Amino acid sequence: MRGWRWLVIVPYFLLATLPLCWLFLTSLKTQEAAISSTASLIPTTDENIAPGGLKFSATGDAYRKLATPHTGKAHAFFHYLFNSVIIGLLSALASVVLGTGCAYGFSRFRIAGTRDWLFFIFSTRFLPPLAVVVPVLMMYRLFDLPNTHLGLILLYTAFNLSLAVWLMKGFIDEIPRAYEEAALVDGYSPFQAFYKIILPHSATGMAVTAVFCLISAWNEYGFALALNNAEAVTVPVYFAGLQGNIQGIPWPQIAAGVLIFVVPIAVFTVLVRKHLLRGVTFGTIKQ
Amino acid sequence: MVSPHRATHKRETPMPFLELQNLQKTYPDGTRAVRGIDLAVDEGEFIVLLGPSGCGKTTTLRMIAGLEDPTDGQIVLGNRNVTHLPPSQRDVGFVFQFYALYPHMTAKKNIAFPLENIGTSPSDIDATIDRVARALGIEALLDQYPRQLSGGDQQRVSLARAMVRTPDVYLMDEPLGTLDAEHRLELRAFIRRQQLALSTTAIYVTHDQEEAMSLADRMVVMEGGKIKQTGSPPEIYNHPADLFVANFVGSPGMNLIDGQIVQHEDGLAFTRLGANVHIPIHLRVAPPRAILGIRPEFIRPANRGVPGKVVLGEYLGSHAYVHVDTPLGELVMHAPDRFAIGESIHLRLDEGRVCLFDPDTGMALARSAGMKDVKLYGRSISQN
Repeated sequence: MRGWRWLVIVPYFLLATLPLCWLFLTSLKTQEAAISSTASLIPTTDENIAPGGLKFSATGDAYRKLATPHTGKAHAFFHYLFNSVIIGLLSALASVVLGTGCAYGFSRFRIAGTRDWLFFIFSTRFLPPLAVVVPVLMMYRLFDLPNTHLGLILLYTAFNLSLAVWLMKGFIDEIPRAYEEAALVDGYSPFQAFYKIILPHSATGMAVTAVFCLISAWNEYGFALALNNAEAVTVPVYFAGLQGNIQGIPWPQIAAGVLIFVVPIAVFTVLVRKHLLRGVTFGTIKQ
Repeated sequence: MVSPHRATHKRETPMPFLELQNLQKTYPDGTRAVRGIDLAVDEGEFIVLLGPSGCGKTTTLRMIAGLEDPTDGQIVLGNRNVTHLPPSQRDVGFVFQFYALYPHMTAKKNIAFPLENIGTSPSDIDATIDRVARALGIEALLDQYPRQLSGGDQQRVSLARAMVRTPDVYLMDEPLGTLDAEHRLELRAFIRRQQLALSTTAIYVTHDQEEAMSLADRMVVMEGGKIKQTGSPPEIYNHPADLFVANFVGSPGMNLIDGQIVQHEDGLAFTRLGANVHIPIHLRVAPPRAILGIRPEFIRPANRGVPGKVVLGEYLGSHAYVHVDTPLGELVMHAPDRFAIGESIHLRLDEGRVCLFDPDTGMALARSAGMKDVKLYGRSISQN
């Protein structure tokens, strides 16, 4: 039985990581080797290998070049990565904070038309966000928000909030009310009960929600492109902008940059994988 | 319509410590969980609210704690009107049916939690926890998390948490409901001992009539959001106010026989049409129809009396419940030993222990005859 499992897992793992492996190999190549019509697969430290063979000479040039601005670009790659990090983290944080507060309200208090409100919140995800790109652009111009980090943070928060509310409501609904009630009779105010009891128990849900919001903001391209041409350009927009570059597309640098871009998300996801699986028990109240 | 029987409980203080006045709770969906409850509790009294699920006992308890807001009525606790105060301002200790220990805190942190925001110094907290933990025998468990503890131990910790603050009143919502039999008996005795030692007022909710009788100074039997009867356990057991209480309290419940009251020899007697059996009743006046109730232990095997045939025996070691088919209907008898199925026997019903109920209203007609203070309940009894 175990053997059969590996028979599925190993080929799937190879298939899934093949693009990443290819990116890694490309990131070690020179521009010539990267665009060669024959694939070189084995990196070597030998510096004098003719192009076209199975082996190629590995170099860290692509990574070094990420630190300096590419021809025709105002900043180096790391500047854009920093933009992505700031925008991604702050919008994920805002979504989780607002989403948790909102979900707690819907979960614990009697609110007129709760179901309608929740449906309305959910319905904001029915249309692809880009459907509203024109009105958003016009409103942003009015408030001088294009080309600002704040603009993208607000936008991603707005788009992710519905997901955050729904996810967090699911998690908070699972926390038995008796915990809060115990805190209330133990002499704590409702707000104290919220942050002393509910918040620690929502950590799982908040981590899961943060991952989803971060990934969504990290990968977003359409608005990042439409709202920015100078200041708050994120990594996806930066790489796309390298097309049609006067020196050709710098594939090794792109491969190196993409790896660096993917790593934080991968690490973040691995760190909270236990929470993602909802492995933590929801306490000892028997249901 | 008919006012429930109020216990003639002797009060030691003129003012009740906790008083519920016409307490009502209607949920937004229209469910009337509690339909007007009046109850006065003395300081140090152990009150048990008993009733089937859905009778409003838990809602009543939660209103006393402040976890539910009453729709109408008042709660007075220690001369303070606490009806709409938040739970944190009432000084109550609450023990939940499912423990409700904070899973992210150790047992010790759980017990310390109620002390932490009332300015108790850390050394006082430690001393208090030590004392309470010793009383409950949980010293060894203090550093463990709730999920590492058995149900019984979790409920001990939860009792400790309710007790550290020495609140005005302990409120307990079926605290033993989910425990196994062994822990249940042990903790039951512990709760009562602890309450007696501290002489703290306690309100305890349960649907287990045996638990209720063993713990209570005074029992409050509820059904359908109303109090059916209030009284000491023997009062409730021996003189149920109506058919519901007669049936609900006691295991097995009272034998109930539908029949007539007729003139027999020189007095009134209960009989059943077609059955040549008369049970004298010591009432001067009675309606023509009645339901006779008698507890299994007041039926005895005898040489003469009501004839019957054994149809079922439930042997329980110290005694047996024997189901006997008689002209009065099937009766359950508490017998010292087993009987063979099919055996013909005679039963003697202890006339002094008989209860009579009005078949229309279900209310008790009178305390069982033979009592000194014969009282008439409910509507006036017509003579015919």
